[in-house]
Amino acid sequence: MSAAQKNLRTFLVDAIRWNVSGGIGFQIFRLLLFIGMGVGIYAYSFQARYGLAVTGMNDIVSWGFYISNFTFLVGVAAAAVMLILPAYIFHDPDFHRVVIIGEGVAVGALVMCLCFILVDLGGPLQAWHLIPGIGIFNFPSSILAWDVLVLNGYLLLNALVPAYILYCHYRGKTADERKYRPFVFLSIFWAFSIHMVTAFLYQGLPARPFWNNPLMGPRFLASAFAAGPALIALILAVIHNSSSYKIERTVFNKLRLIIVVSAIINLIMLFSEIFKEFYFPTHHSSSAIYLFFGMDGHNSLVPWIWSSVGVNFLATLVLAFNPGKNNPRVLLPACGFLFVAIWMEKGIGLIVPGLIPSPLGEVVDYLPTWVELGVTLGILSLGITVVSWLIRTALIIEQDYAQQLQQERLP
Amino acid sequence: MRLHKKDDPKHLIQEVLEKPSNRRSFLKGVSIAAAAGSAALTAGCIPDAEGTGLEEARLRWQEFFKKNYRLMSQEEKEQTVRRLERLASIQDQAQLQIGSEPPLEKVLFGYAFNISRCEGFMECVTACVKENNLDRKSNTQYIRIFEMEPGQLDPGTGDGQFYHKVPVDHKFYTGTQCFHCENAPCTKACPTRATWKEPDGIVVVDYDWCIGCRYCQAACPYYGRRFNWGQSEVPKEEVTPKQHYLGNRKRPKGKMEKCTFCIQRTRKGRLPACVEACPTGSRVFGNLLDPDSEIRYVLKHKKVFRMREELGTDPKFWYFID
Repeated sequence: MSAAQKNLRTFLVDAIRWNVSGGIGFQIFRLLLFIGMGVGIYAYSFQARYGLAVTGMNDIVSWGFYISNFTFLVGVAAAAVMLILPAYIFHDPDFHRVVIIGEGVAVGALVMCLCFILVDLGGPLQAWHLIPGIGIFNFPSSILAWDVLVLNGYLLLNALVPAYILYCHYRGKTADERKYRPFVFLSIFWAFSIHMVTAFLYQGLPARPFWNNPLMGPRFLASAFAAGPALIALILAVIHNSSSYKIERTVFNKLRLIIVVSAIINLIMLFSEIFKEFYFPTHHSSSAIYLFFGMDGHNSLVPWIWSSVGVNFLATLVLAFNPGKNNPRVLLPACGFLFVAIWMEKGIGLIVPGLIPSPLGEVVDYLPTWVELGVTLGILSLGITVVSWLIRTALIIEQDYAQQLQQERLP
Repeated sequence: MRLHKKDDPKHLIQEVLEKPSNRRSFLKGVSIAAAAGSAALTAGCIPDAEGTGLEEARLRWQEFFKKNYRLMSQEEKEQTVRRLERLASIQDQAQLQIGSEPPLEKVLFGYAFNISRCEGFMECVTACVKENNLDRKSNTQYIRIFEMEPGQLDPGTGDGQFYHKVPVDHKFYTGTQCFHCENAPCTKACPTRATWKEPDGIVVVDYDWCIGCRYCQAACPYYGRRFNWGQSEVPKEEVTPKQHYLGNRKRPKGKMEKCTFCIQRTRKGRLPACVEACPTGSRVFGNLLDPDSEIRYVLKHKKVFRMREELGTDPKFWYFID
């Protein structure tokens, strides 16, 4: 197809065509994701009929697995900035080739964030009450209103800038940097803002001393800039091994540095928090005591948080001292473990103990039900589907464009 | 025998319900509807299921797209409570009187709780559950009573689950509920302004505007809010039929609710159910702007304190000692 015949319609048609074709392994992967989404819809149908009573939440633990995953995934979305910053601002050639993958991950993570918020609502049919104009938007008083704004804005920025660049490349043209550069700058500030605002959501509640802590925002950023690039390193490794799009070794080395620095800052802040809670425990420390040691015979989170801290510490050590001398068989599992450890701590380990004990001192345990797990599986499958579609489309276009550039250079 | 459409009493009722009206034409409309209704009764003509199904669908549609209660004119408020009454009669065969009384002029409600008098009988809790049509299935309660050890004041240190003969020697009892803070963290948190402080000081929730995000519940330092995790259930014979839009009407599932100082009673000059039910006279309720009220007497002459004063929430709920 010549460049002249390529328009927005063929762009979309081609994107769909590339994504429904593929080898047998890819089709099985796709089928599994569809099954996951089906499980999610089936589980949600119970919630739609019987309300949130089918979840493990109650008036004391009023936010659970959904909001935990939401909080963590905001960090994953924000972490794309760790690729955008060097690629677009410092013109790092290694990162320029992978930045599109980071943006794809950010879009997928944001889609999951918004889905987690939607399934957590008691009245999803009333969600339109949030839309300014037809509803009422409690701005600037409610931090949740800010969060709705920054999340949707970041989704738009991260979807539209790459879409513009890809569309230009699809048509065999260079993307005009003057047009998209301001939006890239904006998206860098925006990435920090989505995570800070999400932290402020909790940090701004004097009712919850465990969250009402000025370190919350910075710690969110540090943990996100460790977990996000760790996930991106894993995805890059999968792409490197399963497609013809090869990733340079130097990209992994640079990502390792970013992860190590962020993970160490994260651990220092964790230590600082633990010191404050336990050197001289006050009644404001009761959530931390519940989390780390259990309280009144309720201790369901104790093994959870200690495994998280332990794995986090070990994975950080492995990444920092690099015992395999850049051997991916050592570094990639370490990235995986670090990601899971931060998910455990920044998800359930942060949200649930913030609500326990209740303001009137009652201690209960929280366990997600199969409905919450099923819905979460569905949303994760949806997110992975979105990421895989975006990245596959992007990589095919980029490879064709690189080929075209090479041909033009030849006489 | 089929009635002519125009003379069909059911049709007449619908017309009355949907027609935008001012207060006078509304009253007139009610009398026509009453006449038509009684005509239908005497004629023994029961509306067929299909017709009510359509009417129910239309009412629910109108309810779905209505505004936030605070943005409604008094006329729109009356229309929505009429729709809710009609829906209750179609769906649950319940005859309700839902009010939309505005706040009274020069009234600011306040509450005081006598910790030296309360003996933990929990009559207040029972009365509150009954009056406010609280969900019997999940055993929702707005009021919590704590059995306290001497030397402690924070209910967090007390026993909120006691189940034995009261009063117990050397213990005292204290209660919590929504404190209707002047500087309420919950109303600040709500992303859709579905909860707010009324001019008479009552913090209310528009159950139909709430989206069920539960951010207000996380923001409340007093555990004053309750969520409808499932569809609430109240036995039909136990429903309190005198209701208020912002008060004890049926809450849909997935919405927040809380103590409203019994808005359906207090805006008509009555006392909240808990105050009326208390056998020891530990509960005092009244108008803070009236210098002769009992609540003002308590604030002036008794030693009073508020819970978690350091948070700056400025609750309109005081504890006092005789």
